[in-house]
Amino acid sequence: MTDIGPPMKRLLLTLLLLFLPASNAFAALDPALVRQLAAEESDDKIAAIHQLGASAGAEAAKVLKAMADDQLLVAGEVVFLFDGERAVDAASGAAIEPAPETYESITVNNRVRSELSNALAALKLYDPDRGVRLAAATELQSNAGIGMVPVLAAALAKESDAEIRALLKQAHAQANLANPEVAARLAAVESLAESASSATRGLLLPLLEAANEPDATVRKAAAQAVDAIEARLAFGEILGQVFSGLSLGSILLLAALGLAITYGVMGVINMAHGELLMVGAYATYFMQTLFRAYLPEYVDWYLLAAIPVAFLAAALVGMLLERTVIRRLYGRPLETLLATWGLSLILIQAARMLFGAQNVEVANPVWMSGGVEVMAGLVLPWNRVVIIGFTLFVLALMWVLMQKTRLGLFVRAVTQNRPMAGCVGVPTARVDTLAFGLGAGIAGLGGVALSQIANVGPDMGQGYIVDSFLVVVLGGVGQLAGAVWAALGLGVVTKFLEGWSGAVIAKIVVLVIVIIFIQKRPQGLFALKGRFVDN
Amino acid sequence: MRTPFTLRFLSAMPRSGWIAMGLFAALTLVVMPALHLFVPESSPFHVSNYAITLGGKIMCYAIVAVAMDLVWGYAGILSLGHGVFFALGGYAFGMYLMREIGTDGSYHSHLPDFMVFLDWKELPWYWAGSDSFAWALVLVLAVPAVVAYVFGYFAFRSRIKGVYFSIITQALTFAAMLLFFRNETGFGGNNGFTDFKRILGHDITSPEMRATLFALSALVLMLTLLAGRYLVMSKFGRVLAAIRDAESRVMFIGYNPLHYKLFIWTVSAMLCGIAGALYVPQVGIINPGEMSPANSIEIAIWVAVGGRGTLIGPVIGAGLVNAFKSFFTVAFPEYWLFFLGALFVGVTLWLPEGVVGLWKRIRARVAA
Repeated sequence: MTDIGPPMKRLLLTLLLLFLPASNAFAALDPALVRQLAAEESDDKIAAIHQLGASAGAEAAKVLKAMADDQLLVAGEVVFLFDGERAVDAASGAAIEPAPETYESITVNNRVRSELSNALAALKLYDPDRGVRLAAATELQSNAGIGMVPVLAAALAKESDAEIRALLKQAHAQANLANPEVAARLAAVESLAESASSATRGLLLPLLEAANEPDATVRKAAAQAVDAIEARLAFGEILGQVFSGLSLGSILLLAALGLAITYGVMGVINMAHGELLMVGAYATYFMQTLFRAYLPEYVDWYLLAAIPVAFLAAALVGMLLERTVIRRLYGRPLETLLATWGLSLILIQAARMLFGAQNVEVANPVWMSGGVEVMAGLVLPWNRVVIIGFTLFVLALMWVLMQKTRLGLFVRAVTQNRPMAGCVGVPTARVDTLAFGLGAGIAGLGGVALSQIANVGPDMGQGYIVDSFLVVVLGGVGQLAGAVWAALGLGVVTKFLEGWSGAVIAKIVVLVIVIIFIQKRPQGLFALKGRFVDN
Repeated sequence: MRTPFTLRFLSAMPRSGWIAMGLFAALTLVVMPALHLFVPESSPFHVSNYAITLGGKIMCYAIVAVAMDLVWGYAGILSLGHGVFFALGGYAFGMYLMREIGTDGSYHSHLPDFMVFLDWKELPWYWAGSDSFAWALVLVLAVPAVVAYVFGYFAFRSRIKGVYFSIITQALTFAAMLLFFRNETGFGGNNGFTDFKRILGHDITSPEMRATLFALSALVLMLTLLAGRYLVMSKFGRVLAAIRDAESRVMFIGYNPLHYKLFIWTVSAMLCGIAGALYVPQVGIINPGEMSPANSIEIAIWVAVGGRGTLIGPVIGAGLVNAFKSFFTVAFPEYWLFFLGALFVGVTLWLPEGVVGLWKRIRARVAA
């Protein structure tokens, strides 16, 4: 407590406390210290709070908590609190019989209150539970004052968890910025230079001026620290935009991959594609409901179960559409377009009647909430990371299906030369149905992913149809690789434009870019070469 | 040998066509307005506000359908973005209607209410002259025409056709919708324009005005049909149909399809603009929802139901579908989308030539 110039008594007490073990070994608190909590002067109260806080005992926590709640009472010289009906002495914990008739609670002004909450947070730094310590360290980030320095130093010495240590170090450095010692301030500034948060930058900025910081070396160090933090922030921001662009791109890709098969490979304009996404999303919702009802203990894993279910559900719906309607319209793209639009209207209304017109709630499993901090100031949400991974999985699945299976071989054969494939014995009609089912199933998988980040409702598919077609058209019809590049490119470009001009303008600019691009290269990014160009 | 224009014009339609048109003209220009204006409301012969507005609205849709048929039925260009031209015409005329409110709005300002709400101090530059009726008419034609010409020039020049073109037009109307949804665009954002009071100083809700707008819509529809008929029967129309059926061959013969497509595309957009301008004062509102891709694709179904490449078919189709819509959305609102969806599927599967084609088949069977 170097800043307040403590009287001798307080110094002795501090020393005494330092020699005492920091655990709960001592049952009673120092009565003089407890009485000091009821002192007239705020400074005296705060000094007592700091010392009680440094003692790190459960009793101290109880007393300080009571004080923060205005439940620490004083009657004459006795400081006490009610433990249920029983009045107990705050220092010794002994019951007081009979309970005092008249008493008042200790006045806590704002300054004292903030010190109290800091002290309570500091006490939690010794909690055996890691989560409690983490929360306390996080809370101290914003408001650690110079008075907290010894507490933070002591906690830092004891702490072994790397994440909490980093937070404590930060708080310790922040608290030390007000230290009268130049060396301590310099060390604090240098330690803060490693951070990458704009809050830290805000703390350091005042130090650049001579009025706030008398020492030139500290000022210089602060200027360097601010530069370092700003560079890191800018870098983190760009990385963050690239990531959210990739994330958007992977969503676009998931939405468009099924279309890349049905339109790109088979040449069927399926305007009901968005509704196949919706089927997948509702299948996810359905599995969640099932798990909640019958397997509540495994509810976090409903998503894994939803993957095959969504694939099958969408594939079935797709095959049904192909068998009943689309099959009759092969070779008439404009008619297919209109008929599938009609199918999409029917599917939307069916979903509305089955599940209601309102959006349904699909919860993220616990393991998908939160995020991973790859560098200071750049947190990647788990659900986005999982979706990028899931996209890779779907891509790999599709590659294997198209390149390594008999069905894939047949699909490619029918795409390249239908009559010839038929001649050598490929059942072209059944291959059409299965290929359409495959595309629809992939759309269902896209729906599973969308259910985790977007609203699930009857109209959800409509929003993706234009985007999906843009991806497929941009990538080049019949080109799965083209779709991948187109989706990721569109995602990243959209996110960078959004940062610069807002979401709506970004969307319009992207549409205009795509339209201009198609003018220049109607065949898409990856044009077919050789004999297939004719079509 | 050169046939006089009047003769060529008259021979554009068979006698039965002229008779039908005469009947339609008598009904819409004389009978309906008279029944609305002069028959007391208690009489069973009175045509109500609702009926006359609905009729006017459907005729505006029919104009759009004919415009769509000109590009889809005769040039083979399926546009999924015709709603954008319709809405642009509506917005162009809506600007005039907004200015005509004068200071009678909620905020009693010379600016339209939504601008006061946005705390704008003066009209944006593109609102200049919007208080003039003549300028509004120019805009109604010019804005859709310019947008269509520029878009069409680039699209047709790169020989984008078929489904590609359809999807790009859908993206166009989608982008336009997003743009008009923004408040900063200066067209009332989400709510668009509404609360109109007057046209040329006359009350917009008066029976006389309703009857006038109704008759005007009918007149424009008939003129559109006549002009369309004349166009498709002319040499121009023949070339257009040839481009639809075999574009490469037409090019090899020495025609440039770009000019033909571009002309019919721009004319079609202007017709949509006129329809939009007639539609807005009758329904009393225009908002970006008119530009939604779903609205534009519905236009295609009107044409498909009536019969592509027949001109009269789309009028019938627009009438039938919208009459059904008015009936269904009141009687069985939850089944309307089922019906519309089934219509899309059923017409493409079983009625590729629409109602007109069905009629022709029946007549052929009766004659045989």
